[in-house]
Amino acid sequence: MSTTRIVVTGLGATSPVGGDVPSTWSALLAGTSGAALLTEDWADDLPVRIAARVAVEPLDVLDRVRARRLDRSGQFALIAALEAWADSGHTDTTVDSERLGVAIASGIGGVTTLLNNYDLLRDKGPRRVSPLSIPMLMPNSPAANVGLAFGAKAGVHTPVSACASGNEAIAHGIDMIRLGRADVVIVGGTEAAIHPLPLAAFAQMMALSRRHDEPERASRPWDTNRDGFVLGEGAAVLVIESAEHAAARGARVYAEVAGAGVTADAHDIAQPDPEGLGATRAMKAAFTESGLGPRDIVHINAHATSTPQGDVAECQAITNALGGEVDHVVVTSTKSMTGHLLGGAGALESVATILALRDRLVPPTINVDDLDPAVKLDIATEQRTLPSGDVAALNNSFGFGGHNVAIAFRSA
Amino acid sequence: MASTEEIRSGLADIVNEVAGIPADDVQLDKSFTDDLDVDSLSMVEVVVAAEETFGVKIPDDEVKNLKTVGDAVAFIETNQGTS
Repeated sequence: MSTTRIVVTGLGATSPVGGDVPSTWSALLAGTSGAALLTEDWADDLPVRIAARVAVEPLDVLDRVRARRLDRSGQFALIAALEAWADSGHTDTTVDSERLGVAIASGIGGVTTLLNNYDLLRDKGPRRVSPLSIPMLMPNSPAANVGLAFGAKAGVHTPVSACASGNEAIAHGIDMIRLGRADVVIVGGTEAAIHPLPLAAFAQMMALSRRHDEPERASRPWDTNRDGFVLGEGAAVLVIESAEHAAARGARVYAEVAGAGVTADAHDIAQPDPEGLGATRAMKAAFTESGLGPRDIVHINAHATSTPQGDVAECQAITNALGGEVDHVVVTSTKSMTGHLLGGAGALESVATILALRDRLVPPTINVDDLDPAVKLDIATEQRTLPSGDVAALNNSFGFGGHNVAIAFRSA
Repeated sequence: MASTEEIRSGLADIVNEVAGIPADDVQLDKSFTDDLDVDSLSMVEVVVAAEETFGVKIPDDEVKNLKTVGDAVAFIETNQGTS
């Protein structure tokens, strides 16, 4: 296995708490919730009417004609990618296009395009179905459109593993560079699934919080009274590149993306392994691949979605993976503020993990009024600091299907 | 029935909406693909919107003959009210 060092040189995001990375990061540090009650007419009859919409509508940012050829998930991805690319300092000449790749994930794909065009088909006939439906709804559409925007020719990929997808895209980008297929990869994840059908479907799984009287407090990972996640939307994108390539162009480096651990539970299609065995193996595999060990870890951005089973299983997994070293690890769940971005979650939380290492500040997990006694970890219920020196952090993402992906980052 | 200029102007608004081309550029002698950069998928959108706006049926096998804005305006003018 090649141990090519890989660094993060650009960040981009559009999230429920901010339209870009600086606004998102300051909102997370301040403990701001992006969740609210849905006010659309279609939400009236739903059992769950809470969601975390993006803070800035994509049409306020993107050119109208460009936006109308993209599913909402593609709009988010393009906005995040444009920010990340500009942030990285790359231009048309800083990377050979045949050495530039893309790996941008989605959990569900262009679901609103699919369903809105079905409505047109049913109500107005086949002639009214958009000829752009397929290129908009295909799950690879966000990745393909980002690839087109930057002329990426080294390979454009779309890992799909439900809520682990965003982290899997980062893992795929690491592989592309270490296998020698690319020097620079634009990686990330996106999701735009706030529509009555996905909301009704997740509600039928009893996966969503129903705390309608205080929606901004509905996402409460590890709190005793948690009752499910809040569906979020948005995207985040990272520009990663070989350390050698970044150094040659004098790029600013946020952090090193040191390695990934990718495993599967083989336990159940929707329930996490109750002992978190697959998640444990993912974190251990990230240690093996990165050369880092439990003693190096000072922070974990947990998957912790605010579901009764998953939050506790992950704690067990973290304890199993880190052993006695878990005592010096500050754990947080930014989903308490952003809700759950599904295929966008891993990427957004990786951005938060990287910025936590840069600023040595951990965003709080909000709404933990009464910590579940089963949780033995050091949960950041308020903003916390991290030690100086060379330190490392993990970002966990797990998905329906039993997918587990942990990414290890080392401070720059 | 709409006049030639009314049809051109209505079509120009549709091309602007679909492809972002300034409506003033959509003149009778302009080619959709060569001059206005309307790709094949956008052309389908333009055709469907024109059918709705002008009450005309534009068969799929007719679309390939509508190379210029003038071709489309002439077809619509001749066939309006037929759908």
